[in-house]
Amino acid sequence: MSERFTSASDLRRSYDLVIVGAGPAGLAAAATASGFGLSVLLADENGAPGGQIYRGITRSSEADRRRLGPDYAAGKKLSAAFAESAAAYTLGALVWSVAPTDEETPDADYPLEVGISLGGVARAIGAQRVLLATGAIERPFPIPGWTLPGVMSAGAAQILLKTSALAPSGRTVIAGSGPLLYLLASQLIAAGAPPVALVDTTPRKNWRVALPDFPAFAMSSYAAKGLKLLFDVAKRIRVIRNVSALEAVGGDKFETLIVTRTNGTMERIDADLLLLHQGVAPNLNLSSAAGCALEWDEKQALFRPKRDEWLESSEAGISIAGDGGGIVGAQASVIEGEIAGLVAAFRLSRISKEMFAQRGAELKKRLASVLRGRAFLDRLFRPADEFRVPQRDDAIVCRCEEVSAGRVRATAALGVQGPNQMKAFLRCGMGPCQGRLCGLTVSEMIAQARGVSPADVGYYRLRPPVKPVPLREFAAMPQSDAAITAVAGFVERSVEKGSAAGSLEPDNRIVER
Amino acid sequence: MYRRLPDRARALVRFTFDGEALTAQEGDTVAAALLAAGQLATRHTPVSRAPRAPYCMMGVCFECLVVIDGAPNRQGCLTPVVEGMRVETQQGAAVFEDAE
Ligand SMILES: Cc1cc2nc3c(=O)[nH]c(=O)nc-3n(C[C@H](O)[C@H](O)[C@H](O)COP(=O)(O)OP(=O)(O)OC[C@H]3O[C@@H](n4cnc5c(N)ncnc54)[C@H](O)[C@@H]3O)c2cc1C
Ligand code: FES
Repeated sequence: MSERFTSASDLRRSYDLVIVGAGPAGLAAAATASGFGLSVLLADENGAPGGQIYRGITRSSEADRRRLGPDYAAGKKLSAAFAESAAAYTLGALVWSVAPTDEETPDADYPLEVGISLGGVARAIGAQRVLLATGAIERPFPIPGWTLPGVMSAGAAQILLKTSALAPSGRTVIAGSGPLLYLLASQLIAAGAPPVALVDTTPRKNWRVALPDFPAFAMSSYAAKGLKLLFDVAKRIRVIRNVSALEAVGGDKFETLIVTRTNGTMERIDADLLLLHQGVAPNLNLSSAAGCALEWDEKQALFRPKRDEWLESSEAGISIAGDGGGIVGAQASVIEGEIAGLVAAFRLSRISKEMFAQRGAELKKRLASVLRGRAFLDRLFRPADEFRVPQRDDAIVCRCEEVSAGRVRATAALGVQGPNQMKAFLRCGMGPCQGRLCGLTVSEMIAQARGVSPADVGYYRLRPPVKPVPLREFAAMPQSDAAITAVAGFVERSVEKGSAAGSLEPDNRIVER
Repeated sequence: MYRRLPDRARALVRFTFDGEALTAQEGDTVAAALLAAGQLATRHTPVSRAPRAPYCMMGVCFECLVVIDGAPNRQGCLTPVVEGMRVETQQGAAVFEDAE
């Protein structure tokens, strides 16, 4: 039975493997690695296991699973296998950093330290190895008016349905591109809340580009399911295609979506809720802050961490599995999680070379088979240029600091070389979301202005903590004497017994220099 | 804007939003509970004071920042509602306890 913790202070000082993310990849990796005898800690900031696809699965009712479909219901088995494993887990736990062990940490016999905040307590937990299974986030969709209340991401509506059985009550329009958009449409139909329209922004030319990959797709497990989904949705709700621009308008909240078609005609769709989606991209904040090298994927138009054939990143001891390493989908994420668990067991000498080679080859074969057909989806659903890079100057790019596309463009025209320099000019990417909702857009806008590939422009340089952690939690972290001396120049100690600085009464302390 | 599907019945949890008494279902996050109660905007931006509402529901966008039991900058979409919780709109910039 996996063991659950609710405060970081109850965690062990170190584990063989710390896994970040309890989605398909993280759950599978935890079960695999603990099956090989590794001590495993699985941490996720959500309150329940499942990640994005299987959100709320452990508490789902039969009605939920019927509404959300068989691909969702499949998560029950995975979460049950994890619950049976010996892995320890913490939910509601933010992992804010992964870094080589601080040289000052006394008798550390582990190479990596993982910063975890749980139950209002922050700790640095030791790890022999770390697996980042942080999944994907929805790609930014910067159209004019997307900051209005009443505009949400499609994933947000799906999360409300999965975890709280909440369905849109008024008129809903969904807009964008990608398989998840159609999946959501079908789930809303099943929930008795069909959208008034689905505005499909997939460029018509993508069909031609993707055609050579169609035969492989036709033989894959997605084909029949996917085509049926497109067909069923189109039968039930109005689908608008060949779209060149979108604008959300309203006063204090969203009221109307203005759709411009490629033939120049315009249509106004009045609604209460607009749900936007144009695919997903790896959630890079933690891997990038851990120093993992990134690369630009031109086919999917996104950055992803560099990995070798065994899913190991550029940083020693850090592996990346699932959508956080490149978009592969849930089935492949599970297999990547198993591979990462196997690699951890091999690197920590728990399994023989022969066993590793044999199991590794089997898993890779299964991975290749589920990935068959993926290239077609990647090409077909590559979001249109005009929706990745806003055409209108009044579209907000950085939601946190309210920086418009016009300002980013004008600043890029001054010769700004990359997104980090852009930060200094405009503060874009410096708000609380730390560039999660503008990073890709800003890199692509600078690349466009410079006439180079985003590969040459790069992504925001991210630093830990990957999300704001209250200062009081940092202040209360246990520190080595050497670390305290490095900052304060001396260590304060209570007369009775040594304790962390900061919690002392002024009358009973001595100062060591 | 959202309604609870009739097949979902869980224990009720009472909380307040800007002083108004509201109920949620056990297992809701603060942001989900507010949307279920018909509340839209949860914060006003520090720059232009524009109203903002939860956007991603998965901890990415930080649009759901609210004040919970007096503590500012809490992500409403990641925080489960508990009985007696006091939630308030976040007005502009709260002093960020950022470690950077
Ligand atoms: C909103 C959304 C909805 C989706 N819905 C579907 C769907 O219905 N069907 C489908 O086939 N695919 C869906 N996907 C695609 C999805 O990415 C994959 O199918 C699958 O969930 C990927 O699995 P994973 O294990 O790689 O990551 P995920 O399932 O995304 O799990 C990653 C987990 O890591 C956690 N995490 C990330 N960073 C941290 C941190 N710093 N500290 C602590 N925890 C952290 C997250 O909370 C999350 O639970 C969805 C994607 C998104 C973004
Ligand atoms: S709604 Fe996006 S972080 Fe909460």
